[in-house]
Amino acid sequence: MATILYPLAFIALIISFIKSKAKTVLALKKAWKSVENILPQLLALLVIIGFALTLLTPEQISKLLGSESGWMGVLVAAGVGAITLVPSPVAFPLAAALLESGAGYMQLAAFISSLMMVGIVTIPLESSYFGKKAAIARNASAFAFSLIVALVMGVLL
Amino acid sequence: MDKIKLVVKRYKFFLLLVILNIAMLFIYPDIGMKSMKTTLSSIKDVLSIIPPVFILLGLLDVWVERETMIKYMGEESGIIGVLIAFFLGSAAAGPLYAAFPIAGVLLKKGSKLSNVLIFIGAWSTTKIPMFLLEASYLGLKFAIIRLVLSLLGIGAITYIVENVLSQDEKDEIYNKVLVEE
Repeated sequence: MATILYPLAFIALIISFIKSKAKTVLALKKAWKSVENILPQLLALLVIIGFALTLLTPEQISKLLGSESGWMGVLVAAGVGAITLVPSPVAFPLAAALLESGAGYMQLAAFISSLMMVGIVTIPLESSYFGKKAAIARNASAFAFSLIVALVMGVLL
Repeated sequence: MDKIKLVVKRYKFFLLLVILNIAMLFIYPDIGMKSMKTTLSSIKDVLSIIPPVFILLGLLDVWVERETMIKYMGEESGIIGVLIAFFLGSAAAGPLYAAFPIAGVLLKKGSKLSNVLIFIGAWSTTKIPMFLLEASYLGLKFAIIRLVLSLLGIGAITYIVENVLSQDEKDEIYNKVLVEE
């Protein structure tokens, strides 16, 4: 999916350049400025992800999330999802593998939902755009939401 | 010299983590090696996303008039603004953290806060390719239940965040994105 981004940006740049050289240069300057703005946090984040994914292996996750684990497992699942930053093309195969090795639907629903919507390590980045309060409120309510998803899954599946 | 100092100061947390990782290489070679490899592979992921996203952002910033954005996503945009925010987020590609800078530009151009929150919500969880992936790995029923709940969840989260913030705090958010110019 991400592979369309480069061609898209390239085509947009060419069209923009044909229309106005000055505006295109300005756009590139603005682009670089906003990259540099988030770069310190982003780079730090990438090293943290490296540590997190090294210390939390799929086997460990699988042990914690079995369908026997009940609400404790749901909480752990949502917590792990909130902290880790697994890209979704990796997350779904992982979830499918967990399902096969005995994880429950409730735990998986909590894990996937919080993985997608909650990002504890990205809160500083989010805060730099929305302010601390909005970032925390969004992440906290998204975390609560992922528990609700688990509850509904438990009832329906 | 002063410039180097400034850069070091700005990147001190990152540099500290890198030093920590290098130290790990000596103390626990296995862990140090693996985490360094993971970091390098996520840097590769980021490089496939961040540069084009920010170029598109720069172009958006330069070419889209503030008036246009206000008309379609501003305070008075109503249901049209909600729908545009939702489809913009759902059609996107990339991890959630790539959505925040885009949200920043939307705010700067005068988009309504609740619409930006809907955009973030849609980006985080209702992307179409992800739905297909989810259905194929975890079953259609699982994916549909989660999709329906996510639609409700995006609304609820937007409502909560909007109501947690006072008017002053909302103004503060807009001031901040404008100052960054």
